[in-house]
Amino acid sequence: MEKSNSSSPRPRIGVYVCHCGLNIGRTVDCEKVAQKAANVEDVQIARDIAYACSEPGQQSIKADILEHGLDRVVVASCSPRLHEPTFRQMVQSVGLNPYVLEMANIREHCSWVHQNDPDAATEKAIDLTRMAISRARSLTPLEPDTLPLTPRTLVIGGGVAGIQAALDLADSGFEVVLVEKKPSIGGMMATLDKTFPTMDCSI
Amino acid sequence: MTDVGRHPRIKLYTLSEVVDVTGYVGNFTAKILKKSRYVDEKACTACGDCAKVCPVVRPDAFNYGLSSRKAIYSPFPQAVPSAYVINASECLGHNPAVCAKCVEACSKGCIDFHMSDEEITETVGAIVVAAGMDVYDPTEMDEYGYTRFENVVTSLEFERLINAGGPTRGEVVRPADRMRPKSIGFIQCVGSRSARKGGAYCSNVCCMNTIKSTLALKEHYPDMDIKVFYMDIRAFGKGFEDLYTRSRRLGVQYLRGLPGTVEETPEGGFRVAVENAASGAVIFYDLDMLVLAVGMKPPESARKLQEMLGLQLTPDGFFLEAHPKLQPVDAATRGIFYAGCAESPKDIKDSVTQASAAAARAIRLMHKGEILTDPITSEVIADQCKSCGRCAEVCPYHAITVDVQKKTAAVVNTAACAGCGTCAAECPFDAIIMNHFTDTQILNQVDALLAEVPQEKILAFACNWCSYAGADYAGVSRLQYPPNVRLIRTMCSGRVDEKFIWEGFAKGAPVILVSGCHIGDCHYIDANHWTKKRIEKIHKKMAKRGIRPERLQLEWISAAEGIRFSDTMHRIEALRQTVTASEIADTINMLKPTY
Repeated sequence: MEKSNSSSPRPRIGVYVCHCGLNIGRTVDCEKVAQKAANVEDVQIARDIAYACSEPGQQSIKADILEHGLDRVVVASCSPRLHEPTFRQMVQSVGLNPYVLEMANIREHCSWVHQNDPDAATEKAIDLTRMAISRARSLTPLEPDTLPLTPRTLVIGGGVAGIQAALDLADSGFEVVLVEKKPSIGGMMATLDKTFPTMDCSI
Repeated sequence: MTDVGRHPRIKLYTLSEVVDVTGYVGNFTAKILKKSRYVDEKACTACGDCAKVCPVVRPDAFNYGLSSRKAIYSPFPQAVPSAYVINASECLGHNPAVCAKCVEACSKGCIDFHMSDEEITETVGAIVVAAGMDVYDPTEMDEYGYTRFENVVTSLEFERLINAGGPTRGEVVRPADRMRPKSIGFIQCVGSRSARKGGAYCSNVCCMNTIKSTLALKEHYPDMDIKVFYMDIRAFGKGFEDLYTRSRRLGVQYLRGLPGTVEETPEGGFRVAVENAASGAVIFYDLDMLVLAVGMKPPESARKLQEMLGLQLTPDGFFLEAHPKLQPVDAATRGIFYAGCAESPKDIKDSVTQASAAAARAIRLMHKGEILTDPITSEVIADQCKSCGRCAEVCPYHAITVDVQKKTAAVVNTAACAGCGTCAAECPFDAIIMNHFTDTQILNQVDALLAEVPQEKILAFACNWCSYAGADYAGVSRLQYPPNVRLIRTMCSGRVDEKFIWEGFAKGAPVILVSGCHIGDCHYIDANHWTKKRIEKIHKKMAKRGIRPERLQLEWISAAEGIRFSDTMHRIEALRQTVTASEIADTINMLKPTY
């Protein structure tokens, strides 16, 4: 196992293995995954949890962070493309940097795609969690920059959708640049006769 | 529509196309090509004096060629801007003074043949893609005879025929003989729900469009015999079923089964053969006119916009949203939103709903007036930098500056850096740290993955935007594949450093997969070109060292290609099984001295 820089204190990692109801729990032995994770170096606490993203789930993780002085959190659950923002906010709300959160995708990449092989799925979940832990060990806090923003929107297309988006934005006080390739806006809608359900003219 | 024309905060560019977009969320720069109208948009009052004297007569595209217009024309009566336009390729021109009759006729002097195309640059914080759709062209469905018989029209041509403002002032007549048909047949799903011709998807609006048309016909001509040939009537929306019932109550016949053949009768009508889906019997129907309920296609501009803005398309060709349920109007690229049919076929109500949602998402982004950047950017360790300039060369965003002559260390402009990590992978001196995807972080994952029984495992790198999302999509679709693959996510495949590959093989990996967006689809402009070059280079080195190059695989998998992801995993597992224990041991031994 790779040793981190001896001059800095050892990381304190908490690991949470989500059942996602039966989505993960039916295929992966979440308790076993948590037990295995608990034996990995630097892991202070590891446990399975019914729904990590739920309010009670998040509350219990937050309580652990404070109680055990955790400085890294691994959530083994769904795709980070779905809930990474959720869990980043969670760790942030108890004073941690959002970038010390790491996720292991044991749903989309594991329980859902190995439904007929629970043992292999559990082994994979153990590996994915272990990989996440070893990555978490070397995560460092990062700070976002603030940049100015141009409060204008480019709307590409002047059909009914582009018209509506442009009007909503403009009526809300934002400038809009509306680009239409035909000589007039209106798009396909303008060619239609009476439109459902009001049966009035579409223009 | 007129609200748009006069809104003080809307700048409208017609006859215009976005030709290039650079920058990132909060600060995009768009280049717009505005083609010349040859008529002063503001001065023109649409009096029409110019068109009266124009000698050029052309089919009117707005009415699908069912009527004619001049070379100088108003697109349609309610057009915004309400200015005339000259089609330059039709106009006889004025130099030498061939015609120029319109110039003489225009009392306000609006017409200017010297107007030229303009290129305009606009800076914006957000982009709404509302590029619309195209209509399926039924020419290839020869069985319905669209190109052979004049009295077979598309649903959109029919819309113009029944429109009070249309070429016949709302009088429904057959195009060939201007006779009012006593019977009309509608054929559904033309170009939709077919694996063979047109799209495999349902175009969403054609059922209700036909039902609406039957009601309009019954209102005008209560005695008309109307038949609808369909495979399923999809009347799922609010109030839809009510409309469908009303149409049936008024005597419109709904017949399950699509026509196999259409033959013209001497009277200009048709004999249509339809197999009754229930009994299997072929029944012939005589009808005076046929309407093809044509489906929707992705807009022609989809491919160009997708490349320009770094977006993704579904296999159908419509734009792919960031998440099908939770972010249905967001593109995966921050600051870009979808509205209307460009995202998927939808009716007016759904288009309007999605457009309002897209506007709300854009406002949510802009209302603070500033934007937090993602700190996942690269950083140069100045002491280690040898100023070779490689990083600046590979950066797709030109975010790195380095003076090769003066030998000053490279500098990253973090505002312009999008975080692909290609520079860190290419730096020969390890002088670049890619934050949140550092060498140590990724090597730690590789080591943990291969800590136990490495010979049974598949190490796979996947880029966040395409391949990792493709794996997610395989999961959502419950596609089953071999369980021994473990994915390591990087933002871009361009981040996959050569040393990650050697580390994998040194630790006993039988096979390694690197996967990313298709060439041309890269979320980081073209960073995956470097992935390709790098893998080719490693393949050569492997061959030289006596390692089978097949053991390192490169695959492009898009976010919509769950099936491709799953198939790839099956293929890689089959490949893994061909790698022998001694082969792996040899590789480990060979790579030992370098580690």
